Amino acid sequence: MDVLAGKVKVTQKTLDQTMNPAELMDHPIRLTARDVTVHYGAKQALHGISIDIPDRAVTAFIGPSGCGKSTFLRCINRMNDTIEGAKVGGRIELDGQDIYDPKLDVVELRARIGMVFQKPNPFPKSIYDNVAYGPRIHGLARNKADLDEIVVSSLRKAGLFEEVKDRLSEPGTGLSGGQQQRLCIARAIAVGPEVILMDEPCSALDPIATAIIEELIDELRENYTIVIVTHSMQQAARVSQKTAFFHLGNLIEQGDTEDIFTNPVNKQTQDYIMGRIG
Amino acid sequence: MNTLILAAALLILLGVAYQSGWSKGRSLVAANGVTVHSRPQYHGAYVALWAMIPALVVLALWGLFGGGIRHDYIVSLIPVDILTALDQSGLNLTIGRIEALASGYGVVGEVQPWEQAAGDALRSFQFLTFAAVLILALVSGAGALFYARSRITARQRSRNAVERVVGVVLLICSAVAILTTVGIVASLVTEALRFFSFINPLDFFFGTVWAPNNAGTGGHYGQYGLLPLLAGTLMITAIAMLVAVPVGLMSAIYLNQYADRRVRGVAKPLIEILAGIPTIVFGFFALVTIGPFLRDAGAAIGLDIKATSALTAGVVMGIMIIPFVSSLSDDILNQVPKTLRDGAYGLGATQSETIRNVLLPAALPGIVGAFLLAVSRAIGETMIVVLAAGNSPVLRGNPFEPVSTITVSIVNQLTGDTDFTGPQSLVGFALGLTLFVITLCLNIFALFIVRRFREQYE
Amino acid sequence: MATDTVKSAAPEAASRTNLVRDSLRRRHFNERLFRALGLLAICVALGFVTLLFADVFRKGIPAFTQTNLHVAVTFDPEVIDVGPAPTSDQFTSEAEYNAASLKWQRDLALLNWNTIVEQALRAAAPAGTEIDARALLSIPETNARHVLREMYVKDPSLLGQTVEVDLLGSANTDNWVKGNIDRTLGDAQQQLSAEARALIDTFEADGTISTGFAWAIFTNVDSRSAPASAGLLGAFVGTLWMMLIVVVLAVPIGVAAAIYLEEFAPKSRITDLIEVNINNLAAVPSIVFGLLGAAVFINWFHLPISAPLVGGLVLTLMTLPTIIIATRGALMGVSPALRQAALGMGASKTQMVFHHVLPVTFPSILTATILGIAHALGETAPLLLIGMKAFVASVPATPLDQATALPVQIYLWQGNENRNFFEPRTAAAIMVLLAVMIFLNGAAIYLRSRLEKRA
Repeated sequence: MDVLAGKVKVTQKTLDQTMNPAELMDHPIRLTARDVTVHYGAKQALHGISIDIPDRAVTAFIGPSGCGKSTFLRCINRMNDTIEGAKVGGRIELDGQDIYDPKLDVVELRARIGMVFQKPNPFPKSIYDNVAYGPRIHGLARNKADLDEIVVSSLRKAGLFEEVKDRLSEPGTGLSGGQQQRLCIARAIAVGPEVILMDEPCSALDPIATAIIEELIDELRENYTIVIVTHSMQQAARVSQKTAFFHLGNLIEQGDTEDIFTNPVNKQTQDYIMGRIG
Repeated sequence: MNTLILAAALLILLGVAYQSGWSKGRSLVAANGVTVHSRPQYHGAYVALWAMIPALVVLALWGLFGGGIRHDYIVSLIPVDILTALDQSGLNLTIGRIEALASGYGVVGEVQPWEQAAGDALRSFQFLTFAAVLILALVSGAGALFYARSRITARQRSRNAVERVVGVVLLICSAVAILTTVGIVASLVTEALRFFSFINPLDFFFGTVWAPNNAGTGGHYGQYGLLPLLAGTLMITAIAMLVAVPVGLMSAIYLNQYADRRVRGVAKPLIEILAGIPTIVFGFFALVTIGPFLRDAGAAIGLDIKATSALTAGVVMGIMIIPFVSSLSDDILNQVPKTLRDGAYGLGATQSETIRNVLLPAALPGIVGAFLLAVSRAIGETMIVVLAAGNSPVLRGNPFEPVSTITVSIVNQLTGDTDFTGPQSLVGFALGLTLFVITLCLNIFALFIVRRFREQYE
Repeated sequence: MATDTVKSAAPEAASRTNLVRDSLRRRHFNERLFRALGLLAICVALGFVTLLFADVFRKGIPAFTQTNLHVAVTFDPEVIDVGPAPTSDQFTSEAEYNAASLKWQRDLALLNWNTIVEQALRAAAPAGTEIDARALLSIPETNARHVLREMYVKDPSLLGQTVEVDLLGSANTDNWVKGNIDRTLGDAQQQLSAEARALIDTFEADGTISTGFAWAIFTNVDSRSAPASAGLLGAFVGTLWMMLIVVVLAVPIGVAAAIYLEEFAPKSRITDLIEVNINNLAAVPSIVFGLLGAAVFINWFHLPISAPLVGGLVLTLMTLPTIIIATRGALMGVSPALRQAALGMGASKTQMVFHHVLPVTFPSILTATILGIAHALGETAPLLLIGMKAFVASVPATPLDQATALPVQIYLWQGNENRNFFEPRTAAAIMVLLAVMIFLNGAAIYLRSRLEKRA
C-alpha cells in the first residue's frame, strides 16, 4: 500500500487542474458504448464493452498491452472498418446516434471524431498542406483566406504555430518527433472535430515532448471531448478526469480518475496500478 | 562411347579416391579417438579433389591439342602425290572419307587401297591415343591420390583445405556475372569501334536517314542514321507506357487497396500470367489480331491506320508490360507505412482521397522508378516490334504508320550473317551499344530511386 | 476568449457538419468513380489475358487436326526396277555391304516415286475422272513420295504388293477441306485447280479424305517443301538441349554465386559493385545477350553457328542474374537464429551454409530456377542473332548440331507465305509452347507448396 500511496502523491502533484467529481457530473454524456464486441476473424478481441464518455473532458483507457484498449478506441470512429476481417458488434452512439448505422456516412463521422495516432504520421507534404488537408477535402474553407485562418488557428491551438510560422511550406516530415505529433494534432483539430481520439500519442516521444503534449491535451479539453489510450498510468493520472481499465479484452473498471487511482474496487485494477500486471 | 568411358573412368577414380581418403580418416579416428581434426568425409573429399586435378588437366590438354594432332596424323596418311593435288575442300572431303572408313561406315564410290589402309591406320591410332590418354589420366590421378592419402594424419586440416577450395569455386562462380558484363561491354565496344572505322560516328548518331546498302553493290556502304530508329523506339515506348501505366497502376491500386483477399488471390496470378507469356506470342497476337483490328477500327472512324504500325506494336507492348508495372507498383504501395493511411482515414478522407492525396504522393519516387524500369524494358523489347512495327525506318511522327526500332534493325542487320566484316553487319553492335547504354542509364537511375525510396521507409 | 469558444462551439460544429455533408455527394461520386476505374483496369488486364488465349486457341485448335488421304498404294515392279536390296551375306566385309546398300538406296531415290503416288490416286478416283498429273499430285503433300520410298527401303518385300497407306493431304488441300480459303474465290485466286478441288470434294464424300489428329506437329521436323508435314520435333529437341545446358550451368553457378555474395563475400566496394552489376544485368535487354553470343562465342571462340550449345550458353548468361537474385533473396530470408544455432554448435561457416541454410531455402531456389528456365524457354531475340533462325530439317543429335528452338520455329512459321495454312499451325505451335510454360509454372507452384509444407 505504501507504494500505491507514494504513486498517488506524485500524480496528485502534477495534476494542476483537477476537477472534482461533482464538476465532472455536470458534463453531459457525449458517447455511449453498449456491449461492444470485436472479432478479428475467429479471434475475439473485445468482450462486451459498455462505457459512457463525458463531453469536454479527458477519458483515459489504460491497461497492459494487448488488452483491447486501442481496439476499442478504433471502434469509436470506425477505423476498424479498414482492417480486413474485423467485425464489430454492439452499439456505440454519438449524441444518441448509432455510429454503426448503415445509413451513417463514415466520412462524416470521422470528420466529427478525429484521431491522433501512436506514431506521428505527417503526410509527405508541407506543414501547411498537412493541416489544410482535412479542411480541403471536406470543403470547410470558402476561400484561401479562410483556409489560411483555419491553418493558423489550428497550429496555434496545437501550440506549434510560433515554432513553424516561418517554414510553413517545408515538409512536415522534417520536424522533430514531438513537433510532428503536435502537427498531427493540429491536423486533426483543423477539421473541427467534436471528439478527438488519441492512441498512445506520446509513446514514441521523449519526456520533454511528452510534457508539452500533455499540457496541450489539458488545454484542448476545454473545447473537445478527448479519449486517450495510454500505457502509462502516470500519464492517465496527469491528464484525464475519467479512467477505464481494460484487461484481456474486458473493461474491468471505470470511474473518476482519482477514484480509480486511489481507491480501485477491482483486484485486477489494483494489481495493475501497483505494477503487478504488466 | 569414348566420352562415356572417360566419364565412367573419372567417376570411378573419384569414388576410389574418396573411399581411400575416407577409410584412412576412419582408421585415424579408430586409432586416435576424437582428436582427429577433420571428419573422415572431409579426408575423402580432400583426396578426391587431389586425384581429380591431374586427371582433368590431362584431359583438358588432350581436348585442346588432340584435334590438331589427329588432323596432322590423317594428313600424313595421305600419299604425298595425292595430297599435293588436293585443294582445301578436296582435302576436307578426303579426310571425311578416311574418317568414315575408320569408323566402319561405308563410303560412296570406289575405295582406293590407300584409303582403306589410311582408314585402318586411323582406327588403330584413335584406339591407341584414347587408351594412352585414359591411362595417363588415371595414372596421374592415382599418383596424386597416393600423395594426398599419405598426407592424411590426425592433425591434417582436410576440412579447411576442402572448404578453401569450395570458397574459391564459389568466388569463381560469382565472377561469372562480372565476366558477363565485361564480355558485353568488350564485345559491343570493339565491334562498334570497327563499325566506326567505316562510318563517321557523327553520321551514325545524328544521321536522319537509315538506308544500309545490304547488298554491298555500287561500292558504297549506305547511310546509317540512328535518329529514325531512335524516334521509332521512343514512339512505341511512349504508346506502350500510355497503355501500361494507367492500367497497371490502377490494377495495382485496386488489388492493393480495394480488393478483398479472395479477389486478390485470383486476379493477381491471372494478371501475372501475362508476364510469363513469351514475347514472340505477343508479336503473333499483334500481327494477326490487334493489327488488323486497329486497322479496321481506324477505317470505321475514318483514320488510316496501318495493320503493322507504331500503334499496333505500342499497344501490344503496353499489354505485355501491364503485369510488370502492376506488380512493381504493388510492391511499392506495400512499402508505404500503414500509419499514413490511417492518418488520412482518421481525418475523414475517403479511400480514393487517401490513395490519391497521401498514398500515391508518398509512393511517387518508387513508382517513378518502377516506370523507368518499364520504359527500359519497352526500349529493349524485340520480338513484338520485329513482327508488328512494320519495319519502315523513316523519320516521321505519325503513330499510325509503320516504323522501325533499334532492336528491329539489330535483328535485320545481324541475322544469318556472322562474318562481321562490313558496316552492314557491324552496325548491329553500334546499335546494341546505344541500346545498352540507354537501358543501363535508365536501370541504374531507376534502381537508385527505388532503393532510396525503400530506405526512406525502413 | 476561452468561454467565447465554448459558447459558440455547438452551432459552429453543426455548421461544419453541414459543410461536410454538402461535400459528401460529390466525394462519394468520386470515390465510386475511382473504384470503378480500378475495377475497369483489372478487367482490361484480365480481358487482354482472356483475349490473347481465346484468340490463340481459336486459331490453333483447328490446326491440331489435319487432312489425310487413305489410299491403296501398289509398289509397281515396273516403276521400282532397281533390283533387290543387297543382303549382308552377299559381301565379305561390312564396308562393302554398306557401300552396296548406299548405292541401292541412291538408285531408289532416283526413281520417280510420284508415278506410284499418281497411280494410287487415280485408282482411288471414280472411274472416268479427267485430271492431269500435276493437279492430281497437288492433292497429297509433296513428301508422299519420300514416305513411300522409306516404306520400301524398310521393307523391300513390298515389291508388287498393294497396301493401304495414310498420306498427308497437301497444305492447300487442308485449307480447302477446312474452309480456310474462301471457296467462292475465282479460279485465278485459288491455289488448287478446279479439277483438283472437285476431286477433293469427291474424296471427302467417299471417305478417301478424312481428318485426323495432326501427329505431324509432334513427330516431324520442319519442312519447307512439304508444309503439311512440318512439325516441331526438331525445334523441341533443340529447346530441350538448350534447357539442359541452362539447368546444368545456370543453376549451380547461380546458386554458388548467390551463396558467395550473401554468405562469404566481405562487405566492400567490390561486392557492392557486383551487386549493382547483377541487378543491372537482370534488366539488360535480351537482344544484347544475343550480340554477346554472336561476337564472343561465334566470332571470337568459333563455336558452331546455330548450335544449341551457343544458344544454351547465351540463355545461361541471361538466366544467371535472375537465379542469383532469387537465391540471395531466399538466403537473406533465413533467420539469423538458425545460423547462430549452427555456428554455436561448432559448425564451420561452410557447414552452416550447406547443412542448414541451403536446405531451408531449397523450395524458393527450385521455384526461381523453374521460373527462370520458363523465361529462357520463351526467349527468341538472342537466338536469332546466333544463327538459330536457319531452316533446319533434322533433329539435332548433339548440342553441336544445327538446330532451332520452339519460339524461333514460331517466328519462322508466322513468316511463311502460305498464311492460310501456317497461321493456324503457328497458333498450334504457340499452344504447345504455352502448354510447356504453364506446365513449368504450375510445377513451380506445386513443388513450392509441397516442399514448404514438408519443411
